Amino acid sequence: MEVPMIEVRHLKKYFDTPKGLLHAVDDVSFKIGKGKTMGVVGESGCGKSTLGRTIIHLLESTDGQIFLNGEDITHVNRKKMHEINEKMQIVFQDPYSSLNPRQTVEEIIKEPLKLSGRYKTRAELNAKTEELMGLVGIDERLRLAYPHELDGGRRQRVGIARALALSPDFIVCDEPVSALDVSIQAQVLNLLQDLQQQRGLTYMFVTHDLSVVRHISDDICVMYLGQLVETAPAKELFAAPLHPYTKALLSAIPSTDIHSKQERIRLKGEITSPIDPKPGCRFAARCPYACENCRKLQELQELMPNHFVSCCRAKEINGL
Amino acid sequence: MDTIKKDALLSVRHLTVEYTSEGEVIHAVNDVSFDLEKGKTIGLVGETGAGKTSIAKAILRILPEPPARVKTGEIWFEGRELLGLKEEEMRKIRGKNISMIFQDPMTALNPIMRIGKQIAEVIRLHEKCSKAQAVQKAKEMLEMVGIPGERYYEYPHQFSGGMKQRVVIAMALACAPDLLLADEPTTALDVTIQAQVLDMINELKERLNTSMVMITHDLGVVAQVCDSVAVVYAGEIMEYGTKEQIFDHPLYPYTKGLFGSLPDMNDDAERLSPIEGLPPNPADLPKGCAFHPRCPYATEACKQAHIPLTDMGGGHLCRCCRVSEIAKEGT
Amino acid sequence: MRKTNDVMHRRRKEGQFAQVMHRLRKNKAAMLGLSIVLVLIVLAILSPWIMPYDYTKMDIKNKYATPSADHWFGCDELGRDIFSRLLYGSRASLSLGLLATLLSTAIGVVLGSVVGYFGGKVDTVIMRLLDIFQAIPGMLLSIAISAALGSGFGNTIIALSIGGVPMTVRLLRGSILTVRKQEYIEAAEKINCSKLRIITSHILPNAIAPLIVSVTMGIGNTILQAACLSYIGLGVQPPTPEWGAMLSAGKSVITRYPHLCIFPGLCIMVIVLSFNMLGDGLRDAMDPKLKN
Repeated sequence: MEVPMIEVRHLKKYFDTPKGLLHAVDDVSFKIGKGKTMGVVGESGCGKSTLGRTIIHLLESTDGQIFLNGEDITHVNRKKMHEINEKMQIVFQDPYSSLNPRQTVEEIIKEPLKLSGRYKTRAELNAKTEELMGLVGIDERLRLAYPHELDGGRRQRVGIARALALSPDFIVCDEPVSALDVSIQAQVLNLLQDLQQQRGLTYMFVTHDLSVVRHISDDICVMYLGQLVETAPAKELFAAPLHPYTKALLSAIPSTDIHSKQERIRLKGEITSPIDPKPGCRFAARCPYACENCRKLQELQELMPNHFVSCCRAKEINGL
Repeated sequence: MDTIKKDALLSVRHLTVEYTSEGEVIHAVNDVSFDLEKGKTIGLVGETGAGKTSIAKAILRILPEPPARVKTGEIWFEGRELLGLKEEEMRKIRGKNISMIFQDPMTALNPIMRIGKQIAEVIRLHEKCSKAQAVQKAKEMLEMVGIPGERYYEYPHQFSGGMKQRVVIAMALACAPDLLLADEPTTALDVTIQAQVLDMINELKERLNTSMVMITHDLGVVAQVCDSVAVVYAGEIMEYGTKEQIFDHPLYPYTKGLFGSLPDMNDDAERLSPIEGLPPNPADLPKGCAFHPRCPYATEACKQAHIPLTDMGGGHLCRCCRVSEIAKEGT
Repeated sequence: MRKTNDVMHRRRKEGQFAQVMHRLRKNKAAMLGLSIVLVLIVLAILSPWIMPYDYTKMDIKNKYATPSADHWFGCDELGRDIFSRLLYGSRASLSLGLLATLLSTAIGVVLGSVVGYFGGKVDTVIMRLLDIFQAIPGMLLSIAISAALGSGFGNTIIALSIGGVPMTVRLLRGSILTVRKQEYIEAAEKINCSKLRIITSHILPNAIAPLIVSVTMGIGNTILQAACLSYIGLGVQPPTPEWGAMLSAGKSVITRYPHLCIFPGLCIMVIVLSFNMLGDGLRDAMDPKLKN
């Protein structure tokens, strides 16, 4: 079998808070194949952003292993860190806070190029900067503009150019289009897809927008309060969700189809915080199918080819 | 749309709002007219900066003046013209007859005041009742939005985002207003919570027969709650019709573009077809049709004269001079 | 879009300083403050050549002379021309104010960056030490240090600057903590920026604005403190004229010869006010999100 671009095994990230230990990412395992897009969905506080940041070492993992291209990169020294950074990058959610307001567009894109030491002359640097700006569709005339002089879509393009500067193989896209208007959002999504095709990039696409994730992903992970509840190929997940939470989540999307009456699964209650959680399924408190067994630790089981669910009653509920 | 409809609860006529900022005039709302009947919901759809919120604020007369200024227009509400009213009279209407829900529930609540008391205060401000009655009513309102009455004595920080938004809705509905202005009420919420809040809004609307102006950028939300839709672009209504008309047969190129920009849940298109370019600068709107620089169908004619809203049949209005030609091209 | 049109015509980078000056120019009060400061600095530099009398020259005949055409601001108890003494004294006052503030800012920026960026134990230790310093009133601290080190120009600068350090560190630390959470700092880490570079080119440029404002206003305050030190006999020693010392010398005869106090007092007031107006204007001008 081909070596996956990214593999995480039993990854955990806990935060020490005054209220207790916050299990932001709790025992998550998955693989992302080369050139593929893994969508990670979930509601606020489910740990999806933390997961992305932990994988690219913006946060240090508490436990578990991370593999990049088959190589264990869970614990690395500074020199190795620099090498990893050239292979993994991140595009942030907030196009306002992700760009240094005191740098011009050109400076932002040029900085990683300069620091990499790959380009010997100034002419080479400038040429590469121009190439990157062209690649993400930023007008050359905006070279000297400051971020606050650009609109959200353009700013996000600058962020993408910066992430591409070191020619990484893997990019974590942390809600890259959530702050943008619909028409601009589509432009940026298309850009990301084009870049993936041209450069064979692998994406981890973190978002709360289910229609976006379906559109752009090959595979999808659904997270709830730090736990991975279901993972499957995108189309299959949407066609046949197996976990009760995924079912509820998908049915909650307001559909633009006004003629077919939407049958919603109504969830009672609120998302609680994953501080010092009890063992077992964290969705049990809101789950219509919860039973005694749900309080025990749930195993991720492959119910259909490549379709994993972490629910002890999944078989029964779905009549498999 | 020049005559005032008799059965309309709210009639907005030729509303124009401008902002003046450092010598520049920003045309936020340009000649907007629409009607809303009792018990119905109109959706104002558009992108950031399209002027949707300014329309709602103008109705409630809470625009920051200056820099904002209502240049022209009339707003008829239950037979009264709001823009001409005295501030004291308007104050009586606000909260009692018309109330507004803002996008961010976190900023709409006073962090150091008990949740219930904030609702009770709105009730006491507008209705003649004793303190005990107001408390009782506030508890009922909390129950109505699905929050147990005993949480009356808690503070906002003890509530989650979705619950806070429900408290804000309870506050807005406390005096059973005839008109509710909802400005992106679910944008800050998670999908499952959004579904809960939308369901609740729909239920309450039915029970109390409240009319609503729903401001949103999310066509999914429009599909869930609205009866009619006005597509707002650069401060103008570009297309107006019933939900069915707009969703089944969008006519205006921008509306079509909005639908094309959405990833379709039932379609496996590889690429989206976004609208090219950026929304125009409201301080320097293009001549002619405001959408022409981004419109794939634009011709010379679109760049010249300002285009009027035309009835394309059955009350489906569209501000496009090439509508019939485009329809032919499409087939 | 309007905003984008402007930048499209930009030929070269518009630096931070140029942008700030561009916005500052529109603020009349700040420009007035800046002009007064600049004029006073020029006068201070030129004072040996432009002062009408030698500032040390005594003239018993003119003892306590009131302002006249010969002596614009009158003369003091030894018959020295007050105008000349004020002119020459501006050298001491201004350089004390500027140098002491510069020194305390330099120490403050280094300490502030370290505690703000690294946090943890370093943060706790340094901040608690500064707490102790700050528990002593600034003036008292300056007096104590000045008394311990002895008078003189260099010692006075040290005495004046130490008191300002905790405030600078605290202010900078606060704004660094905000900037540090921004995503562009994380992005900088991921493009292999060194820690030093992150601090100097990503954090400080964005965190320093409030500090520059407070430092500008602080110069006025330091001049005032320097005057206080001289007033109670510490700080710069006679015969070197210094505004505070002149004020102090005149205090015993203030009822009979008020001009001995009024003119130095006015000078102090004007310079403090000018720095404050300038600082106020800088606060607005240094916000990058404001439009030009």
